[in-house]
Amino acid sequence: MAQSLFEKIWASHVVAPETDDTPAVLYVDLHLLHEVTTPQAFDLLRARELPVRRTDKCLATLDHSTPTVPVTTLKDLEVVSEPSAAKQVRQMERNCKDFGIELRGFGSRDRGIVHVMGPELGATQPGATIVCGDSHTSTHGAFGALAFGIGTTEVGHVLATQCLLQRKAKTLEINVDGELPSDVTAKDLILSIIGKIGVDGGTGHVIEYRGSAVRALSMEQRMTICNMSIEAGARAGMVAPDDTTFQYMAGRPLAPQGAKWDAALAKWRKLPSDAGAKFDKQVSIDATKLRPMITFGTNPGMVMAVDGVVPNDTDAAFRKALAYMQIEAGKPLLGTPVDVVFIGSCTNGRLSDIRAAAQVLRGRRVAERVRLLVVPGSHAVKREAEAEGLHEVVRAAGGEWREPGCSMCIGMNGDTVPSGKLSVSTSNRNFEGRQGTGARTILASPATAAAAAIKGAIVDPREFAS
Amino acid sequence: MEAVKQIVSKTVVLSNDDIDTDQIIPARFLTTTTKEGLGRNLFADWRYEKDGRERKEFVLNQPASLGATVLVGGNNFGCGSSREHAPWALLDFGIRAVVSTAIADIFRSNSLKNGLVPVIVDAATHRWLLEHPGADVKIDVPSATIEVNGKSVAFPIDRFSRYCLVNGIDQLGYLLEQNAAITRYEQAHA
Ligand code: SF4
Repeated sequence: MAQSLFEKIWASHVVAPETDDTPAVLYVDLHLLHEVTTPQAFDLLRARELPVRRTDKCLATLDHSTPTVPVTTLKDLEVVSEPSAAKQVRQMERNCKDFGIELRGFGSRDRGIVHVMGPELGATQPGATIVCGDSHTSTHGAFGALAFGIGTTEVGHVLATQCLLQRKAKTLEINVDGELPSDVTAKDLILSIIGKIGVDGGTGHVIEYRGSAVRALSMEQRMTICNMSIEAGARAGMVAPDDTTFQYMAGRPLAPQGAKWDAALAKWRKLPSDAGAKFDKQVSIDATKLRPMITFGTNPGMVMAVDGVVPNDTDAAFRKALAYMQIEAGKPLLGTPVDVVFIGSCTNGRLSDIRAAAQVLRGRRVAERVRLLVVPGSHAVKREAEAEGLHEVVRAAGGEWREPGCSMCIGMNGDTVPSGKLSVSTSNRNFEGRQGTGARTILASPATAAAAAIKGAIVDPREFAS
Repeated sequence: MEAVKQIVSKTVVLSNDDIDTDQIIPARFLTTTTKEGLGRNLFADWRYEKDGRERKEFVLNQPASLGATVLVGGNNFGCGSSREHAPWALLDFGIRAVVSTAIADIFRSNSLKNGLVPVIVDAATHRWLLEHPGADVKIDVPSATIEVNGKSVAFPIDRFSRYCLVNGIDQLGYLLEQNAAITRYEQAHA
């Protein structure tokens, strides 16, 4: 029978099949770990006197609660960080040491946001099952992996058994056909998709993004798309691996090498969904009709074209969102003054994102009223960007160039948007208070965010296209 | 995990749709390394003024909500981040069950692993609950039903999760018993 990409990966990882009474036992190939969602899981192991079953399948880093000012040692951290954040980082170092897990921590040239670092190192591979105590684990689906976020109890399960108890998800096919207009980015595409299917449109489903527009995307763009699958409520998002995938992966330190690479490649080429594979639900998008998008409300489904008008709705939640955002229905957002611009995160903190922002910033000055923060997603991104002189472009424009981390995406590391201030952010969540208590967030692509920094207001990025 | 069989309580209602886990427990409280004490910061940005005083108008601060253990939320409750701190905070505060028309996948899975009962009901039942805050409800886990307004309404819960809830069994034990099968899988895929 014709199988989808998801079904193939699922079938090859079942340790014990699901029954009416019990969920399937699913094997996990790669377990990503960070400091925020793991301490209680390690405690569980200690309490039960259990070891980590496969330390070789763990990849650990520090990203969420780490400051983005230079810190190379734990001692520096105590000085710049809040005591509780420093304690959490220290705990992570201890847990990794006690259980024999290699930590790409301070001082490691690999350290970065977990969803930026995994692919960069070649740890993220087609056909694999990948989990992390983090909902944006869906990012790794860009490689044709089955990757999803889990809770801390499940982190404990995977540490102890390398397995998870899972019920098989349903599948949702999203077909994006046609060519994206040249000024429309991957971020605009995924915001359009979430706007169309809603923040619960993917609940219970694994999305496979297909179609000519998806095939034409680079790996970094595919990661941006898959990253935000969770914002549509989906368990995971995936793109079938192809030559774009293999070219990206070749030669990366943790990718297979030599004869092993050839064997892996032969396997990976069999992963794409078979012709005639069935999906539980289908959605079609015409890429040619898409425009640069921004959000106007307090969830990522509340989106509009950057040059459009804020929609109107009488729904109480809709009204509450607009009141929080201090935004009026029926009016355009163009020209709305902006206070903070954040370029970074696991959605848009990669080299191509920083390049896109730098292209807008080059030779221009950030508006007086705006604080611009540019935070590379990892040390590798930072090194590559600096080799191209992009840090100088950011600084010359009047922006801050920071150390890698989650930064203002989550605001638990000192980087926050002050209460009431309006932020244009390339991250993935515009929830109330996500970037700081009372912060108002508009999600956008790096080009749109950089343009807003220059203008000091919401602006059509096409104004700065050249 | 403690066994959960019956929950009898009045409800407290938060009718907004899409209540995300950043609202349930804001990220700045996630630097903790334990599960305890999160209840104090449950819905912190809705519950407290900037200076830390309680907001009287917020439902959880009202005397009528005192002792309620069933939270009725709007559609798509618990969306967003995978933080298990969300069910931990609800439980630490004293909530034992969450009722909605839809509950986000990861939040639901996390809840079940901690003894917080996710109850998904039809739109009509949900509407009645939203319109009658403080209503008395009875949730019976073994039969997977909730009694609302004199009617018994079934809610979906897979048998395994129900078994674990009713018997207070945590799922790690079950997984550890699969050791032989896991080893076989690893040998076959080495
Ligand atoms: S950048 Fe933001 S969304 Fe991504 S892992 Fe960090 S906190 Fe989560």
